[in-house]
Amino acid sequence: MAFDIYDFTTLTSSIHQSLSESLPPLAVEMIEWTLVGLSMLIFVALFGLILVYLERKVCALFQQRLGPMRVGKWGLLQTIADFVKLLMKELITPNRADKFLYNLAPFIVIIVTFMAIAAIPFAKGLQALDFDIGVFYVSAISSLGVIGILLAGWASNNKYSLIGAMRSGAQIISYELSVGLTLITMIIFAGTMQISGIVDAQASGWFIFRGHIPAIIAFIIFLIAGTAETNRGPFDLAEAESELTAGFHTEYSGIKFAFFFLAEYVNLFIVSAMATVLFLGGWQPLHFGSFEGFNQVMDFIPPIFWFFGKVMFIIYMIMWFKWTFPRLRVDQILTLEWKYLLPVNLFNILLMTLIVLMGWHF
Amino acid sequence: MASESLILFFITAVILVGSALIFSSLVPPKSSNPFKFEPYECGIETVGESWLQYTVGYYLFAILFLIFDVEAVFLFPWATIIREAGITAFVEILIFFTILGLGLLYAWKKHALKWE
Repeated sequence: MAFDIYDFTTLTSSIHQSLSESLPPLAVEMIEWTLVGLSMLIFVALFGLILVYLERKVCALFQQRLGPMRVGKWGLLQTIADFVKLLMKELITPNRADKFLYNLAPFIVIIVTFMAIAAIPFAKGLQALDFDIGVFYVSAISSLGVIGILLAGWASNNKYSLIGAMRSGAQIISYELSVGLTLITMIIFAGTMQISGIVDAQASGWFIFRGHIPAIIAFIIFLIAGTAETNRGPFDLAEAESELTAGFHTEYSGIKFAFFFLAEYVNLFIVSAMATVLFLGGWQPLHFGSFEGFNQVMDFIPPIFWFFGKVMFIIYMIMWFKWTFPRLRVDQILTLEWKYLLPVNLFNILLMTLIVLMGWHF
Repeated sequence: MASESLILFFITAVILVGSALIFSSLVPPKSSNPFKFEPYECGIETVGESWLQYTVGYYLFAILFLIFDVEAVFLFPWATIIREAGITAFVEILIFFTILGLGLLYAWKKHALKWE
């Protein structure tokens, strides 16, 4: 690489060295952990706020409105004001609820998102955990989120909550299959489950271009299934306002509600980041075969901008779906998954295997 | 960082949620009346128990999910070594998929995939 200044490993190792010189190893470890934890906390909080703002603005764009405009310049402080408002609201635990499980549910959804975000590669060397089973780890951890949702719905002891949780559970576990199988399709192509390895393998070209037909099919299925996984429209019947008030989090108030909201948006980020890593080359810049000048210019843009640019693009697409398609019914959702996506996915895996074995890819 | 630092992310999340919950339960003003802590059903008093037996349809899909998810677990290690294992692995997975496909077809034929 021509631009090593964009490599974050130099930054992290220099911090590590300067700390090691003056402090005992245990203290160094503690400080580093605190730093990583704090930066994760700040990232999640900030990104959640930005995404909520973005969602409102994108919604306004599609409905030819202005969206939030009053609080701060272009309404930029609107979500912060909302956050403060939610923080200052009284917490309510309903009388009939199972108190312990009711309060446990927001913990579970947030813990799951934090643990999944640990494996996301933001740029070269800017990845907290780089397992050799990274992709498998992310899919395994993020599938635990459904437990939080089911707990929330069940423990609230409210009929709306229960119906919402059940729908959401059926939907999430169904679409998890599709997400898992598209991940497998791309692992076949990459030959590794390590996230940094997958990103490195795309230096010569993104998988969506190199894997052509099966990769594009997998990408489309991943987007559909990812939208369903995050409970977003058109698959948001778990919290269909017109029939279930707010679905599984009907009984949650104040900051507890905000955590479900935050988890939804961080999950949206995780799905988009996984799509970016698996199909769009992670933080790798766009390269076209032998256009040296073009490739050089693309190298000049820092990887972290590439990563967030691609993630934002996918997030925008998923928001676009939400404001374009009408909400599906529960039977339509299950039919789409089990009768269309699952068989197509299985054939797609075979096609991808054939293409990899025959070497019919770029 | 090593994998034991997973605990770090766990702790960070617990601190985030815990501190916000503690703040929110201490600082904001409180009020109480007999109806405030009833289940919210748009103003109408709730009728009967909410912890009910639930439609068996969801249960069927959970079983199907279990079958196919276990299958996916088998596929993950297979997918990483397919390049080395070559055409033998392809034939093996073809047999595996045929059995699975028959299972899916059976469920389809028995109307297990139909929502009622």
